[in-house]
Amino acid sequence: MSIPVSYYLALSGVLFGLGVVAFVFKRNIITIFMAIELMLNAVNLAFVAFSRAHSTAGHVALDGQVFVFFVIVVAAAEAAVGLAIVLALAHTRQSLNVDRVNLLKF
Amino acid sequence: MLLPLLGSAVNGLVGASIRERWSKSAVNATAIGSVALSFICVCEAVREFSQLAADQIPVIHSYFTWMVAGPFRADFSLQVDQLTIVMLLVVTGVGLLVHIFSIGYMAHDPSYYRFFCYLNLFVFFMLTLVLGSNLLVTFVGWEGVGLCSYLLIGFWFLKKSATDAGKKAFITTRIGDMGFMVGILLVFATFHTVEYAGIFQTLAQNNTPVENHFGVITAICLLLFAGAIGKSAQLPLYVWLPDAMEGPTPVSALIHAATMVTAGVYIVARMNPLFARSPIAMLVVAIVGAVTAFYAATIGMAQTDIKKVLAYSTISQLGYMFLACGVGAYTAGIFHLMTHAFFKGLLFLAAGSVIHAMGGEQDMLKMGGLWKKIPVTAWTMLIATLAIAGIPPFAGFFSKDEILWAAYSGPYANKALWALAFAGALLTSFYMFRLIFLTFFGRQRYDEHHVHVHESPWIMLAPLCVLALLSTVGGWFAAPKLWDGPDYFANFLKPVFSGSTALAPQILEPAHALELYFSGFAVLAGVIGLAIAWFIYLGDPERPKRLAKSLGGLYKLVYGKYFVDEIYGALIIKPLIWGSEHILWHVVDEGMIDGTVNGAADAARAAGGQARKLQSGNARSYATWVIIGAVGFTALLLGILGMRH
Repeated sequence: MSIPVSYYLALSGVLFGLGVVAFVFKRNIITIFMAIELMLNAVNLAFVAFSRAHSTAGHVALDGQVFVFFVIVVAAAEAAVGLAIVLALAHTRQSLNVDRVNLLKF
Repeated sequence: MLLPLLGSAVNGLVGASIRERWSKSAVNATAIGSVALSFICVCEAVREFSQLAADQIPVIHSYFTWMVAGPFRADFSLQVDQLTIVMLLVVTGVGLLVHIFSIGYMAHDPSYYRFFCYLNLFVFFMLTLVLGSNLLVTFVGWEGVGLCSYLLIGFWFLKKSATDAGKKAFITTRIGDMGFMVGILLVFATFHTVEYAGIFQTLAQNNTPVENHFGVITAICLLLFAGAIGKSAQLPLYVWLPDAMEGPTPVSALIHAATMVTAGVYIVARMNPLFARSPIAMLVVAIVGAVTAFYAATIGMAQTDIKKVLAYSTISQLGYMFLACGVGAYTAGIFHLMTHAFFKGLLFLAAGSVIHAMGGEQDMLKMGGLWKKIPVTAWTMLIATLAIAGIPPFAGFFSKDEILWAAYSGPYANKALWALAFAGALLTSFYMFRLIFLTFFGRQRYDEHHVHVHESPWIMLAPLCVLALLSTVGGWFAAPKLWDGPDYFANFLKPVFSGSTALAPQILEPAHALELYFSGFAVLAGVIGLAIAWFIYLGDPERPKRLAKSLGGLYKLVYGKYFVDEIYGALIIKPLIWGSEHILWHVVDEGMIDGTVNGAADAARAAGGQARKLQSGNARSYATWVIIGAVGFTALLLGILGMRH
C-alpha cells in the first residue's frame, strides 16, 4: 500500500507556494535565495512523484529522476553564481537588502 | 559569334577606365584604346556579318535572363542587323575621333580622367542602346546616355550655368522618357513581349492591318515618339540642346551632334513595322520633323555664339531625319543620320578648334579673318559647311536630297512639308555660311594683343581631317542613284525596312528626270543661301546691322529664340515651383507627411513613457509581475481546457 500521488503533489504545492511568498515578501537576499531553492526542490518533489506514479510492476519510469538530477546541477551552478553576486553586493553596499538594489531601471 | 567578345570588350574596358586615374598617358591609353578596340571589333563584326546568309539576320545573342515577373520576361540580349551595323560604325568611328580630339582639347583640364571616364561610359551606353535586342535593354542605354549627357554638360560644375544646363537637359528629356516608358509598357500589354523580333513577328503573323483610326498601335508609336522628341531635341522639347553647349566642345560633337541625339531617330527607324501600321503617327513624326527643321533653322540665323548656331543646326538636321522617317524614307533618315554624324561632328570639332585658337572666345562677332591663321581648321570646316548645305559632291547633298525627294514624291509625300523642308535647307545654307564668313573672313574683330591665335596641335587636327574626308565621300554610297544606278546604302538597309515598305501606299515611280530636277533645286537652295550670306556678311560691314534694324521686331523675336524659354518658364516652371512650395512643401510635406511621421513617433514615446514606469528596478516587484503573469496564464489555460470538456 503506497501513498497516493496527490499527497506528494499537495506537499510540493505547499512548498512551492511558501517559496513564492518568501521570494516576494522577504527583503534579505539570502532568504530570497533560499526561497528559490525551496521552489526548485518543490518542483523536484513533483517530478519524482509523477515518475513514481507512472511506474508499473514491470516497468520502472526514471524520467522524473533524470530531470531532478538536471535541476540539481543547474541549482548548484546557480548557487555558485548567485552567491558570488551576493558577496559582491555585500562588499559594495554593506547591505543585503534587495530593495536598495534598484539601479537597473529606466 | 563575335558578340560576346564585343560586349565583354566594351564592358571590361569601360569598367577599367573608371578605375583609371594614375596618369594622363594611362588615361589616354585606356580611353582611346577601349574605343579603338571596340571600333575594331565592330569592323570585324561587319566583316563576319557580311558573310552571313540573309535568313540568319538579325543575329541575336542572349546573355542571361534579366528579369521575370509573371508573364513578363526580359533578357539581357544583344542583336545585330544592318541598322545596328550602321549605328555601330557611326558611334564607334566618330566616338574614336572625338576621343582623339579630346586629348588635345582637354589637355589642360585638371579633371582629365573624369572627362574620359564619362566619355567612355557614354560610348558604352550608346552601344547598349544600339545593340539591345529588346526595348528594355535599349531603354537602359537610353537612360544611360542621358545620364552621361547630364554629367558631361555639367562637366565644369563650378560654373552655375553649366550645372543648370545639365539639369535642364536631364529634366527636359525626362518628360519624353516618361512617354517612352509608358510606350514600353503598352507594347508589353499588347504584344506580351518587349523583344523587337517578337513584336515584329507578332505583327507579321497576325497580319495586323494598317490602323487608320487612333488605336493602340498609334498610341504606342506616339508614346515612343515622345521619348524620341525629348532625346532628339525636337519641338517642343528642344530647349535643352542649345543650353547643352555649356559642356566641353568634344562632348557637344559626340553626344549632342553625332550620336546621342540621333537615338530618337534610331528608335523610330527600329520600330518601323509599328510606325508603318499607323499613318497618323507617321504624319505626326513628319510634321514635327519638318516644322522643327524649319523653325530651328530660323533661330540659327540670328545666333552669335558659334556653338549655339551649330546646336540649332543640329536640331534642324534632326528634324530632317524625322521628316524622312515620317514620310517612310527610313533609309534616307538613317543615311542623313550617318552623314550628319560626320559633318556635324566635324563642325563641332572644328568649332572647338576655333575656340581653342581664340583662347575660349565663342562669340562670332569677336572673330573674323581667321582663315590665314588657322588654315587646316578653316578648310575642314568649310568642307563640313559645304556638306551640310547640300552642295555636291559632299555627303550632305546625297542624304538631304533623298529626304527632300521622299517628302515630295515618297509613299507618304506631303507637299507642304516638302516646302518647309526646302525652305529649311535654304536657311541652313545661309546660317552656315554666315558662320563661316563671320568666323574666317572679313575684318579682324578681335584684339590681337590679348588673343594669341594659334593653330591647334596635330592631335586635334588629325580627327578633323579624317572627318572632312568622311564628310566628302560619306555620301557616295548613294551617288550611282543620280544616273539611275543602285543606291548601295538603301540596298544594305533594305531588309530592316522591307516589312514596312510593303505596307506603304503604292505609288507610281516618278520619272527619274524629275528627281534630277529636284536635286538641282536642292543644290540651288544651297547656293542661294550661300549667296545671301555672302551678300550680307562679306560686303559692307554695316549691312548686317542695318538689316537687323530694318527687320526690327522679327529680328528680336528670332534672336530671342522666340522666347520659348521664357514662355516655358512662365507657363510651366513658375506654377510648378509655386505649387511645390505652397502646396507640396507647406501643406503636403510639412502638414501631412511630417505630421503623420512625427505623430507616430509622439504616440510611441507617450506609450513608452507610461510603460517604463513599470520598470522600477525593484527585483521583487518584477517577481510579483512574473507570478501574476504565471497565475493568469495558468488560469487562462485551465479555462480553455475547461471549455473543451
